[in-house]
Amino acid sequence: MNTRQQCKRIYSWVGRAKSSDQQLKTFQYRGILIKSERSLTEMCILLGEFVLVEGENADQPFVAKLLKLYEDGSQEKHAVVQWFSRITELPLNKRKLLQREVSPQEIFLDKAPGYDTDINVETIIKNVKVIPLAPEEAVPVRSKGKQIFFVKESWDGKCFKPLSPGLLSELKEAEKNKRVGSPSPLTACQVFPSDFICSLKAETDRVTRSTVKTKNIQMEIESRHSASKSSLSKERHSQRVANGINTPGARKKLQLNSPTKSRNKLTGGDVLELLGDDCDALEPSATKRKVTFTKILGSPPKISRTNGESDSPLGIRGDWSKLAETIRIAPYRRGQDSSPKAKNLDGKDDDTWHLNGRNEEEETEERARESRKTTKRAATSKSNSKSDTNLAEEQELMTRSPVVIPRSHRKCVQKTTARIAEQLHFLNISEQDREDDYLPSIDFSDSSSSEEEENMVPCTPKRKMRSSTTLRTPKSLRKPSDITPAKTPRKTPEPRTPKTPQNATPRIPIRNQATEKPANVLEEARLRLHVSTIPGSLPCREEEFQDIYNFVESKLIDGTGGCMYISGVPGTGKTVTVHEVIRCLEQAAENDELPSFQFIEINGMKLTDPHQAYVQILQLLTGQKVTATHAAELLAKLFSTPGPKRKTTVLIVDELDLLWTRKQDVMYNLFDWPTQKQAKLIILAIANTMDLPERIMMNRVASRLGLTRMSFQPYTYKQLQQIISSRLNHIKAFEEDAIQLVSRKVAALSGDARRCLDICRRSTEICEFSSQKSASGLVSMAHVMKAIDEMFSSPYINSIRSASLHEQMFLKAIIAEFRRSGLEEATVQQIYHQHVALCRIEGLQIPTVSEIMAVCSRLGACRFLLVESNNKYLHVRVRLNISQDDVTYALKQE
Amino acid sequence: MSKRKSKETSSVNGECISQVQRILRERFCHQCPNGKLFGVQLQYKHLLELLKRTTVHGESNSALIIGPRGSGKTMLLNHVLKELMEVKQVRENLLQVHLNGLLQTNDKIALKEITRQLQMENVVGDKVFGSFAENLAFLLEALKKGDRDSSCPVLFILDEFDLFVHHKNQTLLYNLFDISQSAQTPVTVIGLTCRQDILELLEKRVKSRFSHRQIYLMNSFDFKQYLRIFKEQLYLPAEFPYKPFIQKWNKNVQSLSEDRTVQEMLQNHFHYSKDLRSLHMLLMLALSSITVSHPFMTGSDLLEASKLCRMDSKANIVHGLSVLEICLIIAMKHLNDVYEGEPFNFQMVYNEFQKFIQRKAHSMYNFEKPVVMKAFEHLLQLELIKPIEGLPVRAQREYVLMKLLLDNNQIMDALQVYPNCPTDVKQWATSSLSWL
Repeated sequence: MNTRQQCKRIYSWVGRAKSSDQQLKTFQYRGILIKSERSLTEMCILLGEFVLVEGENADQPFVAKLLKLYEDGSQEKHAVVQWFSRITELPLNKRKLLQREVSPQEIFLDKAPGYDTDINVETIIKNVKVIPLAPEEAVPVRSKGKQIFFVKESWDGKCFKPLSPGLLSELKEAEKNKRVGSPSPLTACQVFPSDFICSLKAETDRVTRSTVKTKNIQMEIESRHSASKSSLSKERHSQRVANGINTPGARKKLQLNSPTKSRNKLTGGDVLELLGDDCDALEPSATKRKVTFTKILGSPPKISRTNGESDSPLGIRGDWSKLAETIRIAPYRRGQDSSPKAKNLDGKDDDTWHLNGRNEEEETEERARESRKTTKRAATSKSNSKSDTNLAEEQELMTRSPVVIPRSHRKCVQKTTARIAEQLHFLNISEQDREDDYLPSIDFSDSSSSEEEENMVPCTPKRKMRSSTTLRTPKSLRKPSDITPAKTPRKTPEPRTPKTPQNATPRIPIRNQATEKPANVLEEARLRLHVSTIPGSLPCREEEFQDIYNFVESKLIDGTGGCMYISGVPGTGKTVTVHEVIRCLEQAAENDELPSFQFIEINGMKLTDPHQAYVQILQLLTGQKVTATHAAELLAKLFSTPGPKRKTTVLIVDELDLLWTRKQDVMYNLFDWPTQKQAKLIILAIANTMDLPERIMMNRVASRLGLTRMSFQPYTYKQLQQIISSRLNHIKAFEEDAIQLVSRKVAALSGDARRCLDICRRSTEICEFSSQKSASGLVSMAHVMKAIDEMFSSPYINSIRSASLHEQMFLKAIIAEFRRSGLEEATVQQIYHQHVALCRIEGLQIPTVSEIMAVCSRLGACRFLLVESNNKYLHVRVRLNISQDDVTYALKQE
Repeated sequence: MSKRKSKETSSVNGECISQVQRILRERFCHQCPNGKLFGVQLQYKHLLELLKRTTVHGESNSALIIGPRGSGKTMLLNHVLKELMEVKQVRENLLQVHLNGLLQTNDKIALKEITRQLQMENVVGDKVFGSFAENLAFLLEALKKGDRDSSCPVLFILDEFDLFVHHKNQTLLYNLFDISQSAQTPVTVIGLTCRQDILELLEKRVKSRFSHRQIYLMNSFDFKQYLRIFKEQLYLPAEFPYKPFIQKWNKNVQSLSEDRTVQEMLQNHFHYSKDLRSLHMLLMLALSSITVSHPFMTGSDLLEASKLCRMDSKANIVHGLSVLEICLIIAMKHLNDVYEGEPFNFQMVYNEFQKFIQRKAHSMYNFEKPVVMKAFEHLLQLELIKPIEGLPVRAQREYVLMKLLLDNNQIMDALQVYPNCPTDVKQWATSSLSWL
């Protein structure tokens, strides 16, 4: 199970009840405190913040905005949320409406009805950063933190709309409020009970060690630095402050800069853009940290207040935004003096950058604080440096270096001005390459391929270049910067591990020439009669269709689950009817007549092992790829916990009997899930035998399957006739009698519609080749008869007749021997004696034993005989595989 | 004819003969699609049309080619494929996957092989990544994505189809047939098998998905056609470099086919087996007797070859046995006669042999028991006798129950031709009771 689930968390309210409703006995609160037992961290989430909510996919929790927190009469903690959807949560066919690439970090304000907005507080994992974007803004391509989302459009179940300006500003306001430090007029510390603050403080003290101690000094430095008007970054910073940290505004300003950089040959525009994005990504993480920082500072109220109220760059926020600002400037400057040295060293910085990105993702809170501290130091040292260019560049380095080189930054600054320039230059390169690193995390979850396999995988040219540079880079960087050695080797291979099977898209090559269209009536008919052609309507299964439809529909409307067992011999239209039902339901859901649902299908025959069913279901549901046992656990959890935002799932299990295991655990689980209250799972199980539940299932499984059964009867000849006619759809290719003959024959044999269509198809072929003879050009009775003969006549008689003389004689000898002994089995030796006797009567040459053995094995290979497979030679026992009558009949004719 | 002239012709022949041998051997041993097909024109047309429709119209199909061993199933398919590949439109569009039940012994291997042959994206070099389940899912996904109009048709050829039937759940067959019956990538599944009961082996779901198109090949020609095939197989092609030799050779073949003894021999051969592979074997043996000094095939060559083909392998072994071993076999024969084929052990055989030595034998030396035991074990090694249930570890060797793997006829025939067989042994063989 996921570690997230493993560590126990304690949820408690922040502060006292804000308001209470006496009648409903509910108490509303303004925040929730989540205490994790294992990592001993605490997290405070207030109203209006964005949170991650546990979902079916542990890797992709839901995103929501906290609207209300309350406790009801039964002491249960509830939260009312506004949902946001990831792109992966939206229906596939609707994603196209967007007509653009959507980054995995973009989310959509979910206005679709049908989701329960009241959730249990315990499903909240943690708070998360969501940045609203105006419609014209592009979603930043790259952001360092995993837990940052961007919202730009809303989704109401049918189409996407840009966020309304009012909403946007509201979101932004909330965002701003948070940045300023206190989400409400009251400061955080006032709300916190004092004991809470103490414990928090104690803990953070322990964690951050030196951080708090040095805080004051840092503050001083910070302020001093901000006071010095000489630095460019400072200037920018003040501009930014004036802008009120409005990201779009900042962006606009950047765009003003673009003419300058466009002078350069370098693709400065792109660089700037990318860096801008980078900055955006940096900012939120900074803000997040700041939030915790405020909490730490909670005990000395003075500082906290300054931090919260002032818009001077005293707070960390200021520091960070300033840093971000300088990052923006950096490429621009670099562009201006575009040092040739930098150009020469393409790709060198890649590794550092890359490491950096990863670090930030994985950095713990503690680590982040430490790095923040060092950043400040860096900022201080920066203010001492002389040239503007260097300053900006250094700043750039510093924003990153603290993470990579937490301790030795000073040395680094002094020594490596030149290298910084290189690093800056390669930002854009790394930016481009970064796309490779951003493979979905699912791809890495399955680590089946070994190092060896990895080497076998052909690298794309780009990738190759990258890998070679990464090999080179650590060496050049490690010496001066003293990178924590453990990190580099562990992390660098990870994003490059090409798990080919996961990444590869399954497809068949496209054909070069187009297929030919049917040239005549017969070909047209043949095309329509092919089993694969999906008919427009399903004649003769209206009743069954209606029954299944009603069943699923009622369950959908009720929001409950259930099972239905559908049986019938092969070729009676079970699967196609069920699919048709699903198609109609999907149509209805699209038209808002029904709540939308998720449809998945598994087929017992398409699984290598019954337990793979779990894997497939989970993959179809959530896209995760895990092992069978893990998948079973995840599914069980998914279906047993109240999913606040889960649609009903309709699961078709085709060829159910193949999911049989000795313990029947797969079947048991499948049918047990729908019985649970929160599962919202409808199962349509399909198999061939009507009494399957009674025959192979244990009682507890059969009982869970329930008694909703449906049996598909074999088609009658009239139905088959109707099926053929409806498929032909007024194409005159068959004589009426011919169709009737086919239907009657098949109905008498099996009632298998597939067979019926195959015979018709074959008849058209026969008709085509003998069309010279037939006058009408239609498929006649004779053609159909011939096709039926071809398919169903026993091949034995003809094969025996065309066998060689001694083979026939051997068969005769067998029958003679059987008659003599009265047994249905004889040894070759006995038959040999009979054979010799027969040959003497016929006056033929007496065969040798070797020849007889050869004849025997030939007949055995064709399965006229069943021959014991051992090397007893003459004592091998032989039996007939066809009836004696058939043999005598076949041999008498001559 | 002068000596010089004859030498000249022979030198020409040297090169010529090796050419003849090369051409004919190729014809007999390879299933080359250049050879001619006999008596399967209908089947040929059927299969050709089927595959053409797959490639040109993107129609999915499935078919089984059924016929006894050596009836030319693979040859037919190769011919059809060769003709298809001559059409440009087909050559560029068709993907082929060849599987053999003897090589792909389970679905896991078969899937890897399919993936490899289709050169899908999880293949690097010759290695296929991923587990069995992943591979299956990947392949199904790939085939599902295609459709009739845009995807390359895939031709699956399953040789020894009957062996695929024994795979667990028939997963592979189900999926292949299912694809051929649904609107996915056009596929045609061709199975080759010699089992006539193949349809009964298919699971009902698999059977329902199979189109029931069966193409039967069964050597349904009579002796006249057989004779013609014999000639066709021996005739030299017109593009043979030594023109005068063609005529001489073909004339010789013609006269051979009219020779009575040759016809009789061929008739006999035809009675035993109609398939062309055994004819090829016969001709191959005859062909190997052709040398520069003996440039044309004669009737006696063919007769000799036929004799070799019909040789009884066990009787041949008997020819090489020592007199003591022959005596033991005769003793066993007598035991078989007395006890009606019940198994015997060494002690019984030894007793029988002792009786013969004491009362009847004049020329035989009375061997000691260990020597006789040694001879007995030699027979065991030659598999002329066989213990009825494995060789037990504990039991005394003298008392292990054995069965004789020779028929009385074989023993008598072998004795007839056994060189320098003592008369008393021969007499003993003919009658077990004569010593009384």
